[in-house]
Amino acid sequence: MNAADIPLWAALPAAALLVCGGLLTVVGSLGLLRLNAFYARIHAPTMGSTLGAGCVLIASMLLSSAMAGRPVIHELLITLFILITSPVTAMLLMRAAMYRAPD
Amino acid sequence: MKRRPLIPVLPVFLLAMWLLLNDSASPGHIVLGIVFALLITAAVARLRPLPAWPRRLHVAVGLIAHVLVDIVRSNLAVGRIILGASRRQPTIGFVKIPLDMRDPHGLAMLAVIITGTPGTVWAGHDAENNVLTLHVLDLKDEAAWVRTVKQRYERPLMDIFE
Amino acid sequence: MNQILPWAVHFALACFALAMLFAMIRLLRGPTAQDRVLAFDTLYINGMLAILMLGIGAGSAVYFDIALLIALFGFVGSTALAKFLLRGEVIEP
Repeated sequence: MNAADIPLWAALPAAALLVCGGLLTVVGSLGLLRLNAFYARIHAPTMGSTLGAGCVLIASMLLSSAMAGRPVIHELLITLFILITSPVTAMLLMRAAMYRAPD
Repeated sequence: MKRRPLIPVLPVFLLAMWLLLNDSASPGHIVLGIVFALLITAAVARLRPLPAWPRRLHVAVGLIAHVLVDIVRSNLAVGRIILGASRRQPTIGFVKIPLDMRDPHGLAMLAVIITGTPGTVWAGHDAENNVLTLHVLDLKDEAAWVRTVKQRYERPLMDIFE
Repeated sequence: MNQILPWAVHFALACFALAMLFAMIRLLRGPTAQDRVLAFDTLYINGMLAILMLGIGAGSAVYFDIALLIALFGFVGSTALAKFLLRGEVIEP
């Protein structure tokens, strides 16, 4: 089944979520370039890994459920994994930055 | 004295993970999942002798709703800061927050919640004085951050874990 | 009307590609080691999301497993790098 013949009730919210997720992620990554201190930059990618990834994964769940004709929720696993793991890396990096370049 | 919860949390969670991963609920997968869940629980019990017994799960529902709302709100705030960064760079800063919570699981959850919300990162915890150091992207009002963390996150976590 | 979904998938894919490019620039420019690790962390999450977009576009479930594996290995890699910056060692005796 192709992406073009998905019923409209799933296609419209999924398209909106995908556009939102894409914009949030690109703004988050843009922050890596536009902010001028590491301590400010560490906050930017969190946008992409929380709400950006969340939007995309909800859209993915919606679409694969519509395609399979039954609830397919295994994308929940990735969402949960990203939500639990990305703070761990951020915290370790924060500690590393404070240890390496104390201000 | 803490009392045991009615359902064993970790094996049930692992079983749910296994069924999600295989995307099926056939009897064979359920049996295999139960076996794996019990084996992993037994193996992990030696690594981590301090079990977490979360209670009052209705408080957790409210906390999760609060956190989701805060994630959406601070995403928009951080996005606005990044897009306006050519005019004005944000004022970064550290905030020290004295905590009342001592439970390690509660503190771990607090760390994940704070760091998972854009705009704030957990930057350290002094175990002796129980003081949390928080790094904030756009620091305007220190007292507001102390109030937010203590009332919005710490109180429900203390209800759940202590 | 039903062309809206392919359009949204392509738009999101372009967004993730752009985001990966930004992360790549920060990865190459530095200036400090923790900047590079942060850029790597962003890069793998964006790459995983782009793979999911390809999966939606192709209508195949195989991409889900790839995305899960990228998330797993990316987390292990960036955590090991951050731990190395913090302590000078990944696995402590």
